[in-house]
Amino acid sequence: MREFRYERADDVDGAVALLAADPDGAFLGGGTNLVDLMKLGVATPDLLVDVRQLTSVEVTGLPDGGLRIGAAVPNADLAADRRVRERFPVLAQALLSGASGQLRNRATTGGNLLQRTRCGYFTDVTKPCNKRAPGSGCGALEGVHRNHAILGQTLDGPGACVATHPSDMAVALVALDAVVQVVGPDGERGIPIRELHRLPDDDPSRDTTLRHGELITAVDVPVLGFASRYRKARERASFAFALVSVAAALRVEDGVVADVRLALGGVAHAPWRATAAEAALRGQPATEEAFGAAADAELAAATPLRDNGFKVPLARNLVVRSLLDLVEVAR
Amino acid sequence: MTTIDRLVGAGVDRIDGPAKVRGTAAYAYEQDPGEPIAHLAVVQSTVNRGRITRLDPSRAEAMTGVLAVLTPANAPRLAGDLASDLPVLQSPEVHYQGQVVAAVVAETSEIAKAAVGGVVVEYAAEVPDVVLSADRDDLYAPEKVMAGFDTDSVIGDVDGALAAAAVTVDATYETPAQHNNPIEMHASMARWDGDSLTLWDANQGPHTIVSDLVKGFALEPGQVRVISPYVGGAFGSKAFTHPNQMLAAMAARVVGRTVVFELTRQQMFSLVGHRTPTIQRIRLGADPEGRLTAISHEVVEHTSKISEFAEQTATATRVLYAAANRRTTHRLARLDVPPPTIMRAPGETPGMFALESAMDELAVALGIDPVELRIRNEPAEDPERHVPWSSRHLVECLRTGAERFGWAGRDPRPRMRTEGRWLVGTGVAAATYPTRRRKADCRISVDGRGRYVVEIDGSDIGTGAWTTLSQIAADALGVGLDAVELRIGDSRLPRAGGAGGSTGLASWGSAVVLTARDLRRRLEEQYGGQLPADGLVVDGGVGGESPHAKTHSMHAFGAHFVEVRVDRDTGEVRVPRATSVYDGGTIVNAKTARSQFLGGFSMGISMALHEESQIDARLGHYVNHDLAEYHIATNADIGELDISWLDEPDELANEIGLKGIGEIGITGAAAAVANAYWHATGLRIRDLPITPGKYFRELGLT
Amino acid sequence: MDTEITLRVDGAAHPLTVDTRTTLLDALRERLRNTSPKKGCDHGQCGACTVLLDGRRVNSCLVLAVTVDDAEVTTSNGLAADGQPHRLHRSFVEHDAFQCGYCTPGQVCSAAGMLAEAQAGWPSHVTADLDAEDVDLTDAEIRERMSGNLCRCAAYANIVPAVAAVAAVEGVRR
Repeated sequence: MREFRYERADDVDGAVALLAADPDGAFLGGGTNLVDLMKLGVATPDLLVDVRQLTSVEVTGLPDGGLRIGAAVPNADLAADRRVRERFPVLAQALLSGASGQLRNRATTGGNLLQRTRCGYFTDVTKPCNKRAPGSGCGALEGVHRNHAILGQTLDGPGACVATHPSDMAVALVALDAVVQVVGPDGERGIPIRELHRLPDDDPSRDTTLRHGELITAVDVPVLGFASRYRKARERASFAFALVSVAAALRVEDGVVADVRLALGGVAHAPWRATAAEAALRGQPATEEAFGAAADAELAAATPLRDNGFKVPLARNLVVRSLLDLVEVAR
Repeated sequence: MTTIDRLVGAGVDRIDGPAKVRGTAAYAYEQDPGEPIAHLAVVQSTVNRGRITRLDPSRAEAMTGVLAVLTPANAPRLAGDLASDLPVLQSPEVHYQGQVVAAVVAETSEIAKAAVGGVVVEYAAEVPDVVLSADRDDLYAPEKVMAGFDTDSVIGDVDGALAAAAVTVDATYETPAQHNNPIEMHASMARWDGDSLTLWDANQGPHTIVSDLVKGFALEPGQVRVISPYVGGAFGSKAFTHPNQMLAAMAARVVGRTVVFELTRQQMFSLVGHRTPTIQRIRLGADPEGRLTAISHEVVEHTSKISEFAEQTATATRVLYAAANRRTTHRLARLDVPPPTIMRAPGETPGMFALESAMDELAVALGIDPVELRIRNEPAEDPERHVPWSSRHLVECLRTGAERFGWAGRDPRPRMRTEGRWLVGTGVAAATYPTRRRKADCRISVDGRGRYVVEIDGSDIGTGAWTTLSQIAADALGVGLDAVELRIGDSRLPRAGGAGGSTGLASWGSAVVLTARDLRRRLEEQYGGQLPADGLVVDGGVGGESPHAKTHSMHAFGAHFVEVRVDRDTGEVRVPRATSVYDGGTIVNAKTARSQFLGGFSMGISMALHEESQIDARLGHYVNHDLAEYHIATNADIGELDISWLDEPDELANEIGLKGIGEIGITGAAAAVANAYWHATGLRIRDLPITPGKYFRELGLT
Repeated sequence: MDTEITLRVDGAAHPLTVDTRTTLLDALRERLRNTSPKKGCDHGQCGACTVLLDGRRVNSCLVLAVTVDDAEVTTSNGLAADGQPHRLHRSFVEHDAFQCGYCTPGQVCSAAGMLAEAQAGWPSHVTADLDAEDVDLTDAEIRERMSGNLCRCAAYANIVPAVAAVAAVEGVRR
């Protein structure tokens, strides 16, 4: 691990100012991903600004019935929050399906959103990876990639990257149209979460649209008002990253889909909002056939790799099953 | 014997338990060397084959707190005749990715690890050759396979019998490379006092480590002491000496103070061995009643360029079932991979996945219940050595297990049971593992007040030896447990073989029993049965294999019954319940034995569903080299386990009648899971692990 | 970069100098020679290093020591009040809920933290009714909640009843 200075600031503005002055500095939240990556030599900050005690650890109500989640709220506390469990079960379930009890106790809401990929080429500094070392190539493209992306990858050129985003929570928040509140050197702004995470395009080194020195202070989740759930498929029963996951919310009126939210995890560089499926479903009968057709509409764009083609039928099944389960819940 | 209650058989709590649950039992790195410790971290090769063309340690050497950087250019020369990858830093040649090419010694672990990045290494490298396949043109037959078994065995006319058989199975099974991954990473802490070396070390047998250190550093055995009272799991990877012991000793000599080398989890994937991948073709021929007429088991596996490790994968096939015509073969490819080593039940574990899957396929082809099929092929004697069994109760294990599990009335057709979205199935497989014994010395001393000290260089790697050996000693001496003080895990103690091959308690226990008998005889004959005031010391032991080993075939047996659930939407697999029944001879401690059985069996579930070291064919490394990506079973992956055993001591095996139970639990377990998976889904997965991806592959959806 | 901190561990305060890079786990093991928390992966993937930090279970390998000089650290050994074993200690021995024992202090700390989480009504991945007021620590709940602690000896089938026995005493298993 590279040597670094450790600083605490008095407030958010102070922390932002410290980081703005140091292009190689980083904010430290729960540390469950950053410290891991520093040990691997993947992250090499020369300054850590501890923000764990600067942002809110509270979940507060918003006027519309939504919730404002302080960036420092631990994942465990957020999953246990009564309002989250009642109003946004998809979020509680996503959190509870991720990591372990210990990690959820330490990991923060802001940090969870900024987790970096678990790709084995990214986490090994001796191997090619365009995300970690731009221009070095994508090791996973022709290598070991069973758990990698099937949608929105960059499959050639200097930006080649087939990594996935590892967060479960972020998938739920994408389905919920959350807004990420940040404070940066240029002031405050709210980022719709679908604009936070990037696809690799020609620069996979950038996971998000955050600018250097911007600190997540809260996440706003607008009211949903209908049933939601999260379903995750993985290679062991617990403590494993998703092969594919689905965050779904569904409102059915008179047997017809009145509103639907679908987001997929484990399939792309960013949590994947299934807009094509949603569009295909609105106004359609809430049937298994329609759900399958919607999933197919979304997955038509899939470009699976040599060894991860199974993610396409797996994602399809998860979408269909999650929506059918939500129809049941509504009955 | 005195009137004391027999301790052997009782479920005595672990003697070392209270210290272990609190974390006060000191494992290798946690021992107190009596002086400040320097830390070692290693630079590893990033290529599989080639040589170092440039190595510049200057930036690391200049870092504050760095005490030394050892390289092939400046490392102390080791004496010759060291095997495999033990000649650490002796040459610029690179033989596998992850090989140690430099080592940094520093004041703290943080500095040592950071300084690794300050060593510049360049290579002239060749393209790695790491992919095993059955059609390689360089496969060869080794002289022998592990544990002294013949490479091939051919009896009768296998091809003729297969051609004439009413029903045949011809299938190829594959198991991936796997890594032992004990939770305590390998660690070695070395201190020199003059020309004497003390090594606190994580291993399965201190004497094994001593012999390599003696060789490498040109010492006398009395100059090396290896201390290992507590070992945090091993499963084979700590059986033999690895580069860590050599490096710690080397570095401690260079910097003149105690040095510790604790591997990182990532380094556990290259420096301390792995289980070879296997490709196994099985052909079975049977008559219409299910009697086997031919068994053929052909194995292809890998070894490294610098050592030959030939896993004895087909040897269980030589003993499990009767058939007049039989053939087993082992062929190896020498690849640019780290040296493979033993991993829990080497040979039987991958081999029985194949054989016991094939038996299930045969049962399906014949329309015979798979329990009944196994019973019909029970051999009256060892089918290849043609000697009687010392004891064999496989049929009773199968029948008892079927009863406990509720096997009767099972619909043999696949994909017939569902619960919600789960496809439900059940499966069976047999288990077997050889019973052996090794030479072991022992010393027992007693003082005038009846306090006994039992000394033997055995190891407790989690087996319960601290407790079971104490029980055996107390019974043999005719005293209570509290009158016995056991000393193990130290090369200063009388020499014994390590914990491996399920031989530990058979060997050490026999040595203890024989020495105790001698002590009691002497007390009787020389002291009229009274304890002499100044005590008595008796040296004894056991010479090696049972005198009946040549005339009898000795094995433990077992049967696994498993329920599997497969999510029809995702292909996710669960094992909600299982029954295993074992024929393990005398059970010394009902509590720790049950743990051995269920631990081995659970590792078999882990193998069936999770474990796979994924190698990059072009870049040549194990990509999933940590515990987030190399999956082992979590608590949530293990369901209700019904573990039991037959009360059948094997009087011919050893002084206690035990068969050794550390490995039997894992053998056959993966096949039982795969067979139940077939019953649940109608899909036969012949390449482990059984992942959700393979569910969709078998459905033709990928 | 060296920093002065005070670590409060199992009720005792330890002033010490650490590198900013030093994790809580390494501070405990390498500076204080406290053998209770173990290193099994150093990346939050095995749970052997689990301690209670201000009463909550965490992976001490991912916590930088400089960040916790105001916190109370409890190790498995520290759960033994007045030298008497904690009821989890006794239950783990009685149920033979370990073999090599290396992951065990982490399992014990994790179980202690987990029981407190259940008492607070926190749900888990396998909780069917997210809105339920109370948690019933069934075997399935214990398995899921203890899955952050890998045991390569696979003593899981004994860990579950060992924890269940204590859960019953503490009223979170019916």
